[in-house]
Amino acid sequence: MHLHLLSDVNPVNDSVTQHLEHKKNSIHKTIIRAKFLCFLSLVLLSFSQLTSAAAKIDHWQTPQGTRVYYVHTEGLPMVDIQVVFDAGSARDAQQFGLAALTAGLLDTGAGKWNADDIAQRFESVGAKFSASSSIDTATVSLRTLTDKPLFDKALETMQVILTQPVFNEADFKREKNRTLAGLKQQEESPGALASIAFYDVLYGKHPYAHPESGVIKTVTSLKNTDLKHFYQKFYVPENAIVVIVGDLSKLQAEQTAEKLLAGLPAGKKPDALPDVAMPLKSTQQHIEFPSTQTHVLVGLPGTYRKDPDYFNLYVGNHILGGSGLVSKLFNEVREKRGLAYSASSAFIPMLKPGPFLVSLQTRNDQTTQALQVLNQTLADFITKGPSEAELIAAKKNITGGFAMRFDTNKELASYVAMIGFYEMPLDYLDTFQQKTEAVTVASITDAFKRRVNLQLLQTITVGKAEEKSVK
Amino acid sequence: MNNRLLCTVLMCLPAFAGSAETKVFEHTLTNGLKVLVKEDHRSPVAVSQVWYKVGSSYEPGGITGISHMLEHMMFKGTDKHPAGEFSRIISENGGDENAFTGQDYTAYFQTMEASRLAVSFELEADRMRNLHLLPEELKKELQVVTEERRMRTDDNPQAKMQEQFMTMAYSNSPYQHPVIGWPADIANYTVEDLQAWYQLWYAPNNATLVVVGDVQPQAVFDLAEKYFSALKPSDIKPLKPQTEIEQLGVRKMTVKVPAKLPSIIMAYKVPTLKTATNESEAYALEVLAGVLDGGSSARLTSALVRGKQIAVAAGAGYGLTSRMSDLFELEATPAEGKTVIELEVALKDEIKKLQQNLISTEELARIKAQVLASDIYQKDSNFYQAMEIGTLETVGLGWQKADEYVSKINQVTAEQVREVARKYLIEDHLSIAYLEPQTINLTAEKKGAK
Repeated sequence: MHLHLLSDVNPVNDSVTQHLEHKKNSIHKTIIRAKFLCFLSLVLLSFSQLTSAAAKIDHWQTPQGTRVYYVHTEGLPMVDIQVVFDAGSARDAQQFGLAALTAGLLDTGAGKWNADDIAQRFESVGAKFSASSSIDTATVSLRTLTDKPLFDKALETMQVILTQPVFNEADFKREKNRTLAGLKQQEESPGALASIAFYDVLYGKHPYAHPESGVIKTVTSLKNTDLKHFYQKFYVPENAIVVIVGDLSKLQAEQTAEKLLAGLPAGKKPDALPDVAMPLKSTQQHIEFPSTQTHVLVGLPGTYRKDPDYFNLYVGNHILGGSGLVSKLFNEVREKRGLAYSASSAFIPMLKPGPFLVSLQTRNDQTTQALQVLNQTLADFITKGPSEAELIAAKKNITGGFAMRFDTNKELASYVAMIGFYEMPLDYLDTFQQKTEAVTVASITDAFKRRVNLQLLQTITVGKAEEKSVK
Repeated sequence: MNNRLLCTVLMCLPAFAGSAETKVFEHTLTNGLKVLVKEDHRSPVAVSQVWYKVGSSYEPGGITGISHMLEHMMFKGTDKHPAGEFSRIISENGGDENAFTGQDYTAYFQTMEASRLAVSFELEADRMRNLHLLPEELKKELQVVTEERRMRTDDNPQAKMQEQFMTMAYSNSPYQHPVIGWPADIANYTVEDLQAWYQLWYAPNNATLVVVGDVQPQAVFDLAEKYFSALKPSDIKPLKPQTEIEQLGVRKMTVKVPAKLPSIIMAYKVPTLKTATNESEAYALEVLAGVLDGGSSARLTSALVRGKQIAVAAGAGYGLTSRMSDLFELEATPAEGKTVIELEVALKDEIKKLQQNLISTEELARIKAQVLASDIYQKDSNFYQAMEIGTLETVGLGWQKADEYVSKINQVTAEQVREVARKYLIEDHLSIAYLEPQTINLTAEKKGAK
């Protein structure tokens, strides 16, 4: 399941995990000292914010109206290609889980190939293919070598998947059952439960409220034809962007984009998502669960991609709880008091305001204390803002680490997809440092006061109630 | 796959293997610190990792998890840089830092703009021999590690099952202990325990410094000389062998934990590159793992998840580079209406097929293509590259094994795969655990405005 996993935001740690997965050297054998665990809706587009000026993004539009974003990189005979649609779970309407299942079915049958044929076609040339969805997006990705016969076979397979998926009934039933098993498994995880409850309380009836993979009831009632309709409505050139990062020439990139989209059904961009309403009052919800820790989530709807306050909130949050081992929250909760393994905060910017969330996990009987420290730290920050010294240190970290933030094709492709999908300025990377530098103590304090209203905070706890827990 | 494409792939292999090779430069300081450098000039950054030859498999009973605990304490300051300073300085230099502990190693890393390598070296050298281990810091960090354990293991049914499983699968190999340690051991570490562990293992002659990125090898060696050469080596005796006794029959257990889905783990005792009498056996086992679980076209997913639809998920894993003999693991979760026993039969059927029939030419070609491609994709990241070098060096295989990997996998034959399946995947060396879910009762309670 893609949604609401307990995930590590730090890309470096992420790579450790992936490396171990790759080597099949059982993950349980290595412990990564994650300094910075936090919930994020495992949206493919929940990128970290740091960027580099080095990458020149080439941009054009195909005749059908698809925006293409291309960056040429050299040194390795490989390329990352993504086609991103505005077709995430926010487009589910009442059929929660529809977007996720539609993306999940794409590679189970296309053209005259079944799932085995498709897998075999990619893997016989060493290509890696995936189709997934987040709240805002559905993304079809390919990583392949650029040697012509290998590349051609991988690209042809991707094109057929995009344009001729069959949504076979037998495949649909099987994948639906797997989704249902995944939803059941989420109920084993206090972290997953906390996250689901958190989005629900923040967003009420808004399309951001429900879990991306759906809920058991809605997924159970999905039909094969629902997926076909969803595909026909949203997987259209007018609603797509193409991202190409790697060792392809511009001409090859142009041909690649055209080839991929040729044959997609024509359609139109979906209507804009509704605005997010702020919760009317502060609430606190506890879910009783037989775990040794209580998972705590506090927050409210925060910011969106094009928010003029974005940099103030981003840099401010970096100081508050976004910078791992040196953040204020980490320091108060873990370093000073040893209350939790991780404590952090994040803004998750989306098309509409994504969550601002503060999270920690602690022994059941310490929950009140930990929550009090969390709320106090947050309140102090909103009232007083950061110190001048803290701001300088944060700026040094953000701008000093500029180059390393996208030193791989993979990370670069993610940034380019974000810029493309959210229609950020193409010079976003070039102006990033300058915009960071422009932030002041006063502008952070002002933005946080306006955007994080302490009277409206929503609190979710999942664990064993304190009176029942044993020290 | 038709034959034309098969030929195309195979013809492409050597060309790629050649184009992706980069050289590792090696230099050893007089105090024994080995420095390994790999250039990658695609971006103006460098990753620097310090690998210590110590991990949970070095730990005696009573102090399990101490390598991991010490890893936490390594951020708690020295004379020169008090607690908190390490992270603050790295952060101000735009760096990313962290650490990880495994069965066979503990490693610390920083990723920074390449021009700031000296910042990383100065701090790592300082804490290699001058760490302060203070009782009050230990007290707090013990709580942190206890919370970490709760989160990773105690509240996670799969992790809990895995931990129980290891205690059954191994009799005397130290791989039976969890990396994070047993709760009672974690609760009772003392400053003296940590001090002794630190003094013995955290020494230049027990460490490898790996740098990958936009650097020149000689400049890195000079910098390493400047910061690390004054550090005193430890007197480290060779480890006594802790060879797992022979298993004399199948082992089974049931793990009952609050959970929603049942699952099964099966594992056979197998040799690794380090312990195999003939290295080719380890590479053949690696290919075997790829036949079962090398992507969506591999046998477990295609036969069990899609074909028979008996599992919602199924996977296999093998740790080629472990220091001691390891396990070849199979894990699966049954589909609705299917049982773990049916899964066990299905998994064993897959093993039987591998013992009776040769894998196809197409399967072998696919795995070789995947290995080759992964080798190139791995070079997208300095971190991966450094991790591969660091692991191989630290478990005693030597970094050169990284270069051999692709060609050794290419030499594996279908006969060798069948041979290792027949020799090692045998019932008497098998351990099985079943997860039997216990009910979870959920209740929610909501309060209004505070």
